[in-house]
Amino acid sequence: MTLSARDVSWGTSGRMIVGGVTLEAAPGKILGLIGPNGSGKSSLLRLLCRLRNVSSGVVELDGRDIGQVSRRELARRLAFVEQQATTEIQLCVCDVVRLGRTPHRGALASWSAADEQAVDAALTRVGMSERHDQLWHTLSGGERQRVHIARALAQTPSELILDEPTNHLDIQHQLSILTLVRRLGVTCIVALHDLNLAALFCDEIALLHEGRLVASGTPETVLTEETIQRVFGVAVRIGATASGRRHIEYLVDPDCYGEAAP
Amino acid sequence: MSHHPVQPNWPARIGIAFAALAALVFAITLAVAIGEMRIPLGTAFQALGNGLFDLGYPVSAIQQGVIFDYRLSRALLAGLCGGALALSGAILQALLRNPLAEPYILGISAGASTGAVAVMILGFGGAVLTVSGGAFLGSVAALLIVALLAAGAGGASDRVILAGVAGSQLFNAATATIVTTLASAEQARGVMFWLLGNFGGVRWPDVFVATPVALAGFAICMLHAKALDAFAFGADAAASLGVAVTRVRIILFAVTAVMTATMVSIVGTIGFVGLVIPHAARFLVGPGHARLLPVCLVIGAIFMILADILSRILVPQQILPIGVVTALVGAPAFAIILYRARRPA
Repeated sequence: MTLSARDVSWGTSGRMIVGGVTLEAAPGKILGLIGPNGSGKSSLLRLLCRLRNVSSGVVELDGRDIGQVSRRELARRLAFVEQQATTEIQLCVCDVVRLGRTPHRGALASWSAADEQAVDAALTRVGMSERHDQLWHTLSGGERQRVHIARALAQTPSELILDEPTNHLDIQHQLSILTLVRRLGVTCIVALHDLNLAALFCDEIALLHEGRLVASGTPETVLTEETIQRVFGVAVRIGATASGRRHIEYLVDPDCYGEAAP
Repeated sequence: MSHHPVQPNWPARIGIAFAALAALVFAITLAVAIGEMRIPLGTAFQALGNGLFDLGYPVSAIQQGVIFDYRLSRALLAGLCGGALALSGAILQALLRNPLAEPYILGISAGASTGAVAVMILGFGGAVLTVSGGAFLGSVAALLIVALLAAGAGGASDRVILAGVAGSQLFNAATATIVTTLASAEQARGVMFWLLGNFGGVRWPDVFVATPVALAGFAICMLHAKALDAFAFGADAAASLGVAVTRVRIILFAVTAVMTATMVSIVGTIGFVGLVIPHAARFLVGPGHARLLPVCLVIGAIFMILADILSRILVPQQILPIGVVTALVGAPAFAIILYRARRPA
């Protein structure tokens, strides 16, 4: 039960966006995708769930080329949480989560007890059961992201792909969303902006730079002072958190604090 | 979807369907009974019985003709037209994720009027092409141009709408050029009447064309109700929920285009129905398309039949263009919907 990319490339209007990326998500683990803005993280995620078709290379789910799998069958296995997806339509929380049952229902099928169970279970797992009937546009950013994750869980996927799920959230919600993701026990590929959050929550990390994979492996092997300097162009010192995870300290020019600084 | 029990409640559904059908029949009855020539309701029913089941009631030939051939066919076509336009509006609003989308946004009506004018005034198509046929070809041509323009601009929803606006302007300019430079005063008046919609010339053959188009269109849309729900968060979200986005878009754009082009080619351009009715229907039953689409069909039909009655009785001895009536009723209704649906800040 794995999702893997082999030598995957994609471009648009003659420009290469993703170039020859090979990676594999270990079952039940969290693979973090990091890289500077425009490094191709979002595009790669879209290739992994076939929202875009690869120009070359192959994305495989359990060894099957996902280009050969019907979109509906794929959606029963693989769920995608977009960055900041919202709607103008007056939907309540349960309406949004019910959308997750779409790939499991035929065109004329009515709503089944199994569908209702999947929706209830998904809402419970993200801690939003009590918000069942609340209107979407009254939710905070963190709550919306939880509902999106619940919608994805209602698809009962074995693989979950999340595109910067913590973007624009305050630190409390960033931590609670990623804690939630870790507890799901589903294979996850998650694009993240914040290197420390990636170090804290990911089992493995893949680092993208200008569309190419420049490093992959455990946070310890990927997050080194040299690599971060080279890819992100910032000076850092790598330390450790109390729990033994990597901690990245950003080194700024001491002059910026002026005379009074220590 | 929202605020309704999820388990299907069949007695309630059948009850609602029956009530909707009764309301539709009542509206048609009104449309048949009301008109310039005063005909008692009993006679009207006898004429219907004669026309539908050949019952042989003693009804004068004139009254028989007015009731059956004129008013009934007109009422049925008004219903089909209103239902199809409302349905098309609901589909386009969902696919383009824009509350202002409506059938005419794709340039369909502008193309239809250019096609009609080309036949009427330029004599385009010789004796083979009727005005309706010209309108149909014009709307299909406009749709193709708008589709090409939108695809060339990347195909995003807002691009489709911009392309539609551009296409509409182009075709409206062509229509205006033909009318102002070449039309006689009488022709110009005829064109105007047609541009604002007109059920006057409707006869049974038109009903026989519009019925299968509207009903088949409705059936195809209903098969895609769940896919339309999945568009709530955009095309990528729909695709990740297993919807074949490109296929669904092509099928449903084609269905709305054929429905709108058919109706426009028979009765001309009737605004506001495609825009307002879906909003009103959403207000009543929520955004889930499995409920929304049938409700749009029925409300659209009833609205158009009543609007047609108004157009015949509002000004004595005259028939207002139906588009004027729908706009007069639709614009304030739309304002109320906007006002009531405004969000708490």
